[in-house]
Amino acid sequence: MDVSFALTGKGYVLVAADTTAARSIVKMKGDEDKIKSLGPHLLMAYSGEPGDTVNFAEYIERNIRLYQIRNLYPLRPPSAASWIRRSLADSLRSRSPYSVNLLLGGYDTSTYTPHLYWIDYLGTMATVPFAAHGYGSYFALSLLDRYHDPEAPLEEGLATLKRCIDEVSKRLVVAPGKYKVKVVDKDGIREVEL
Amino acid sequence: MARRYDSRTTIFSPEGRLYQIEYAMEAISHAGTVLGVLAKDGVVLAAEKKVTGKLLDMSGAREGGYGGSGEKIFLLNSNVISGVAGIAADANSLVNYARTAAQRHLFLYNEDIPVEMLTQRLCDLKQGYTQFGGLRPFGVSLLYAGYDPHYAFQLYHSDPSGNYSGWKATCIGANNGTAQSLLKQEYKDEIDVEEAVGLVLRVMSKTMDSTTLGSEKLEFATLTLDPATKQPKAKIYKPSEIDALLKKHDLGKKDEDTEMKTT
Repeated sequence: MDVSFALTGKGYVLVAADTTAARSIVKMKGDEDKIKSLGPHLLMAYSGEPGDTVNFAEYIERNIRLYQIRNLYPLRPPSAASWIRRSLADSLRSRSPYSVNLLLGGYDTSTYTPHLYWIDYLGTMATVPFAAHGYGSYFALSLLDRYHDPEAPLEEGLATLKRCIDEVSKRLVVAPGKYKVKVVDKDGIREVEL
Repeated sequence: MARRYDSRTTIFSPEGRLYQIEYAMEAISHAGTVLGVLAKDGVVLAAEKKVTGKLLDMSGAREGGYGGSGEKIFLLNSNVISGVAGIAADANSLVNYARTAAQRHLFLYNEDIPVEMLTQRLCDLKQGYTQFGGLRPFGVSLLYAGYDPHYAFQLYHSDPSGNYSGWKATCIGANNGTAQSLLKQEYKDEIDVEEAVGLVLRVMSKTMDSTTLGSEKLEFATLTLDPATKQPKAKIYKPSEIDALLKKHDLGKKDEDTEMKTT
């Protein structure tokens, strides 16, 4: 039931995910953070099988951190995305695969460009200007098609994101009530209020 | 028992020295000179070939195969070239290791290996041979000229002990002291590739034992950015191109030098 969105703009990537932790029809928690900071300029929103998600996200987080400690500089977003995709693809072909879907947003401090990757549990990866996972994607992608502008300033990006969230609230029967929104740009990662 | 402390790499002498490593470095200081200069828009490498002779079959080197034609300059990855000084067989083994390490990085991260990381990989291997028993260290020093998005163009040097360091211009092999003092005098910050090529050839012609430079004694390579794709582009010169370059810089063979010309 998780819903997550992400979109790029001029020098930033916005990542949003709902904050509900549910089991069957019961909402267990309303303030769960499903967006991990993997580095000073890298965000990952995760959704999928409860349990798998947190386990996999922590595995990724710690390995990316280890790379940073070992090699003096962090992985750049395209390389991190490739490595995470491979981890999922390897996991899919193991005895106990993770079923986790990811949105990976990062800002490359060596080329000064924002990057966004859509990755699913099968190890599919796509470089995209905007992306969504879960039921929300059925409503949001058409809106993003219409309103997304890769050169938009942060306020416009947030307005587009708000449109998506509002549409999901209006049309989806099991719409989540609250979202957490994070932005990554040249200054790093911060949380924003809608 | 005067030679108690120099027969094995793993044993310190009472003065705290590791003789085998010092001997390895000594072996390198007799090898052909390799010179590297870092410019703001590229890196230049040149190497002196020691194995020459009239009867040596150089037909393989004429065309230049993948990864260089010679014995001293190699392509390690699409963004790194290296010049080696020391025991050629050891160098071949290290070059093979470096190429494998670079491809492994490409496989895992879908990016060219950063230059310093490749240097570290090789140094980890070289360090191992100074510590574990029964083996001699690699008798090879390398210069790595490379490009990556983190620090743009870079030039590194590594020695048999596993130490490495970054340089603006440096030299390994025979006469490296002379070459380094020449480089110290002539190097300017903000030098570009065109000037660096001239500087390298000039220093090379002064430090090499032979009187005239020619493609049979010299290997040459540059690493620049392709203006169209903005990707690093390594160019290892073919013998004919080296001769043309020497002629352009007025360091090539003069006609009267050529033997048997008049007869």
